[in-house]
Amino acid sequence: MAKINEIDTEFFADERSSSFTVIGTPAQRSDALGHVTGKTEFFEDRAFPDLAHVKIHRSVHHHARIDSVDCSEALKVPGVLRVITHHDVPANWYLVLRLIGVEPHDEPVLAEDRVLYVGEPIVAVVADTEAAAIEGASRVKVSYTELPAVLDVEEALSPDAPVIKKDGTNYFVYEGHHARRIRFGDVEEGFAQADHVFEWRYSSAPIEHAPTETTGCIVVPQSGNRLLIHSNTQAAFFTLDNTALILDRPFTDLQVKGGTVGGGFGGKVDVIVEPLACIAATLTNRPVKFVYSREEEMQVSSPRAAERIYIKDGVMADGRIVARKVMLYVDSGAYSRHTPYGTTKAAAHLPGPYTIPNVHADCHCVYTNRTPSSAMRGFGVTIADFAIESQMDRIARALDIDPLELRLRNAYRDGDMKAHRKVASGTALIEVIQRAAALVGHDLPPEYLAMSSSTPREA
Amino acid sequence: MTVKIVNLKLNGVDKAFMARPETTLLLGLREQLGMMGAKRGCAQGACGSCTVLLDGSPVVSCLVPAVTVDGSTVGTVEGLSDGQVLSDVQQAFLDGFATQCGFCTPGMIMSAEALLERNPDPTTEEVQEAISGNVCRCTGYEPIITAILDAAARRRGTTAATTPETDEGPPPTTAYESSEGMRADV
Repeated sequence: MAKINEIDTEFFADERSSSFTVIGTPAQRSDALGHVTGKTEFFEDRAFPDLAHVKIHRSVHHHARIDSVDCSEALKVPGVLRVITHHDVPANWYLVLRLIGVEPHDEPVLAEDRVLYVGEPIVAVVADTEAAAIEGASRVKVSYTELPAVLDVEEALSPDAPVIKKDGTNYFVYEGHHARRIRFGDVEEGFAQADHVFEWRYSSAPIEHAPTETTGCIVVPQSGNRLLIHSNTQAAFFTLDNTALILDRPFTDLQVKGGTVGGGFGGKVDVIVEPLACIAATLTNRPVKFVYSREEEMQVSSPRAAERIYIKDGVMADGRIVARKVMLYVDSGAYSRHTPYGTTKAAAHLPGPYTIPNVHADCHCVYTNRTPSSAMRGFGVTIADFAIESQMDRIARALDIDPLELRLRNAYRDGDMKAHRKVASGTALIEVIQRAAALVGHDLPPEYLAMSSSTPREA
Repeated sequence: MTVKIVNLKLNGVDKAFMARPETTLLLGLREQLGMMGAKRGCAQGACGSCTVLLDGSPVVSCLVPAVTVDGSTVGTVEGLSDGQVLSDVQQAFLDGFATQCGFCTPGMIMSAEALLERNPDPTTEEVQEAISGNVCRCTGYEPIITAILDAAARRRGTTAATTPETDEGPPPTTAYESSEGMRADV
């Protein structure tokens, strides 16, 4: 097929060995025929005559102590087979990131003596029909003592905020520190020498992925105590390993069949439905479906984290940024999930693709009594980019400098030392801006057109 | 709870299944008849993933009590193709990269089939209106609209598959170049 977007071979010619015959050339998706004929098999596209259903009784409080849980009325609902509480979960406390060594295990599969957010699961009800499971879940009685809630990241870090986490701090501890930190040069000295100092605040709301196919799985007991998990997880092996650890069973007991995801966008990376469905299937010895309703998908599936970012820049009159200080707060919600990792990604992304001699950043992963946040399309990086590039535009406006020229003046180049003490290589920001400017008819002065990522900047 | 037998002419074939009062057409199709093409996205009539044709008109089958459609004709995505030749809408979706995750696709296609059945030459606005009840979260609406216009042209036999009318948008294989100036080498 014809190229629809030719590769520009003008740049980095000496670094390229491939002919790039695929990129820029239309190719049929391997799964498209199944999509248009309805033959693509999603996890739910299978029927079992004896399928049982799981529904959850959830917290109605942001933060509360659980005084008692009474399941007796739930068990009286015709069709209800079992109730599952934390006593039925072999290794109730978990953290999906434990697979890469992250601790502590800060989240219970089912709440024990506390709930930390509205919608936190407390009891799972297994029933013959979805309707009976819903009815059963609604009849579970939980008595609570409400506790003060923290709903704002900066409030959560204030000394008089109630500590909501059992591990003792309302923030994730990075190697003994309250935040993922960057210390490079001396920002205070940079601010002192700068002609201008600009500081602005950026914030974002949580964003729900809202996939058209809600999060779910069907678990089918096999011979020899094995469990077959039909899942729409985006992370089959992550799910298998975490589920086995929660079940305290050998990995070889589980088989995850997945890979077909009806929209994920990062929202199906947590391991949420599979452990409870496995427990339900084991206890009832029946195939069990646990799939979120649309309401659950919106209310309790992890969204992109809300973030609040303060950026303070010391800038010379000609637009060179000589110091950048970033205070970044990521709202992890009640539990970690993937947010400690996302916060590290945010730190790794600072100070943006610019060479700044003095950088100071504190990137906080903060716990609040809100829905736990997790992965979503470039999490950690996306909102940081929004803040950084908004900041660049505002500086350009304040100094009456062309926004592209401001970026070119500060763009990192090959050989520059980055704030993380890595030497930049393969940089291409300058060339990308030059090309984008040409495509939109934005004239750049000759000295900016002459810039190159491979030429060291003038001191 | 009375169980009733529901008779359907499903994709041209006589079928029957047992339904309780709360059994929806969607669950009847999926769980009783094993027709998995229509999807459950929201179970509240908001996303259109379960769209099927009921006596020729598109309906969200998750909101249709099965017992109310006894004796009706029902069309699903499985009935559009004999496995060899795709319908014009299916082929246009395939050629025009109008699928991503594929979950909304069967519902989209059924809404498009219904539109082209009643309006063989729709405008872009009419296509948008026809699929306004179908949510695509991969946000592939532009290629979907282009594909439906392409399918209309194919059905009318007026235009070859690869050269749809230029005033109705870009050709399907270049759907994401619709903005002038976004192309690198023109």
